[in-house]
Amino acid sequence: MLDRMMSRRALLTGGVLGAAGLVARGQVLDATEEDLPVPNSHDPSLAAMNGQVIDSSIDPLAFLEHFDYGVESKLPDGRTLREYELTVVDREIEVAPGVMYSAWTFNGQVPGPTIRATEGDVMRIRFSNAGSHPHTAHFHGIHVANMDGVYEVVEPGDSYTYEFTAAPAGLHLYHCHAFPLKRHIAKGLYGTFIVDPLTPRPAAREMVMVMNGFDTNFDGSNEIYAVNTVPFAYHSNPIPVRRGELQRLYLVNALEFDLINSMHLHGNFFNVFRTGAQASADFTDTLMFCQGERHILEFTYNDPGKFMFHAHQSEFAELGWMGVFDVTGQTVAE
Amino acid sequence: MTGRQWAWALLPGALLFGLVVAVTQTGLLDRLRGAFPPVEELTVERVTLAPGLISLAVVNGGPEPVTIAQVSVDEAFRQFTMAPSTTLNRLGRATIAIPYAWVQDEAHLVTLLTSTGLTFEHPIPLAVETPTTDSSSLGLLTLIGIFVGVLPVAVGLLFLPLISRLPEDRFEVMLALTAGLLIFLGVEALFEALETAAEVPAAFQGTALVLLGSLGAFLTLQLASPGAPFQTGADGRLAAGWFIALGIGLHNLGEGLAIGAAYAIGEAALSAFLVTGFMIHNTTEGLAIVAPVAKDHPRLTTLAGMAALAGLPTIVGAWIGGLAFTPTLATLFIAVGVGAIAQVVALLFRMFSRSGEGIWRPSIAGGVLAGLAIMYVTGLLVR
Repeated sequence: MLDRMMSRRALLTGGVLGAAGLVARGQVLDATEEDLPVPNSHDPSLAAMNGQVIDSSIDPLAFLEHFDYGVESKLPDGRTLREYELTVVDREIEVAPGVMYSAWTFNGQVPGPTIRATEGDVMRIRFSNAGSHPHTAHFHGIHVANMDGVYEVVEPGDSYTYEFTAAPAGLHLYHCHAFPLKRHIAKGLYGTFIVDPLTPRPAAREMVMVMNGFDTNFDGSNEIYAVNTVPFAYHSNPIPVRRGELQRLYLVNALEFDLINSMHLHGNFFNVFRTGAQASADFTDTLMFCQGERHILEFTYNDPGKFMFHAHQSEFAELGWMGVFDVTGQTVAE
Repeated sequence: MTGRQWAWALLPGALLFGLVVAVTQTGLLDRLRGAFPPVEELTVERVTLAPGLISLAVVNGGPEPVTIAQVSVDEAFRQFTMAPSTTLNRLGRATIAIPYAWVQDEAHLVTLLTSTGLTFEHPIPLAVETPTTDSSSLGLLTLIGIFVGVLPVAVGLLFLPLISRLPEDRFEVMLALTAGLLIFLGVEALFEALETAAEVPAAFQGTALVLLGSLGAFLTLQLASPGAPFQTGADGRLAAGWFIALGIGLHNLGEGLAIGAAYAIGEAALSAFLVTGFMIHNTTEGLAIVAPVAKDHPRLTTLAGMAALAGLPTIVGAWIGGLAFTPTLATLFIAVGVGAIAQVVALLFRMFSRSGEGIWRPSIAGGVLAGLAIMYVTGLLVR
């Protein structure tokens, strides 16, 4: 109908008059565009947020390469004892610029500290609950039943000490296992647990990324996606990478609500060490993660420039799970 | 009033003021409020689409200030600008501009994320460029108004020769038929007003606007219409014709508003089917105007004047609807139309009752039902 109306209008005004009208209109539009500059809406930088996160509980670039080895000592039998402190604290965190979220945190941060030990070390984790709900710390790995952090629910104000031998070597996670599980995990109670093999992995630049998200309106789906809590953090502040240097990424999926998550690396392929296995299982540029799944990715960039990485669920990417590796410097070969 | 009366009038006000102060200043309010988080409310009143740009006019209809922290379109966060501020106080308004390459004729979803993490979603069911005040858009809206408002009413007036040749008893049936048409229009518009009222920001109280608009129009027109002794002769019928024209005009203002708004948001309520339907439907409005005066050989200028009064507001409505639609405005306008129509129906029934035989006659009942039936059948063309 509109077309028909237009054609009718063209008929009515028609001919020279109509042509003159079109020219006049074009000029008016040009003038308007000069007066009110409209940015090119296809600009990739516009797929981002307004402002910067100030109070997220972690510094994304510092968190990326920070590992908590605990307080180290020797046991009489010669084994290494590592002692850690984990305290649950309720805390408001900024999950997007200007958006506050009432999180439940390990040690006041989301994700919790990246806990690291070597295969065979004795781990002693003193867990305190300074929050408002009962919580636990459930470590993935091999241990006895009462160290599993499920039935030994720790009430607010109480504490519990978990002790087990670090095993097996690989990449794991820990999270609260109090019920309702989904709420306890989604509110921020998760972290990375790395067990290094007795034979060390090859030297590399190491990073840890926890894929997560936040359901800020409690409708059972995430409004915000990220790695390491801050959406677009490594997009606004790219991660510096040296040409030719082996990169080892400990990548953990702690996302709730969405069944799967993924990682896609631009301009490169990576070796996949599933759950931190000793041998690479795959060589790819896109990898799928179920909830709780985690893999070590190894890759090397030989060319300089900015290379994006993000979830290949485009929705997650544009809601915050997007970052950039900024490759600079001389290659080792050169 | 005497000084004493003034004092008594002021007493309740003073007492109320004291109570308000007591509640707000003693911390009682905080206790009532408890630990509940603030209930945020936000209404998107209008979306404007320009090439590469989505603009939203938002109003805070809730009791607490709302801050828009982030905006996403189609589940992707986007940069945006907001004026005058990202924080809206109670009843505050702002405009959000989001550079976005929206796709012609497709649907989009804008999500506003507030500082407390709440989300407000606003769908764009069909993206088309919003008409601007340039001559092309105004021309098109005018054309729509002419097609659905002015022309059908004018065509309806052509029933005049037919009605003027009807015998006296049939003439009253035609008036009753007119009443039926108007009752249908009025009730339908009332529901439309209440529907639109649901989209009005809570603070502006949509239902109250419907009541104020409709009863305001009804009472004003009722007081303005010829009082007792009501003229039953040609003058009375002429006055009835003018009042019907005015009532329909006010109704058409609201209708034009709705059509203009539908056009603006690309809800092509403007399929050929619908515009044709509106034309046929609205032809009955001309019939309603001409029925009371048909026997009195009205002058052509009188008829033209009535047609203009009833039809031209459609164009004005289409302009407002296309260029500055808000649910609040629409609710008020449609409600005014409801009141105006109700007043005309009351006027017609007064005419029936003055004929001395009361209104409960088969001819009246049959006419009213026939009018409703005509509207139902022509209404099939607009659904």
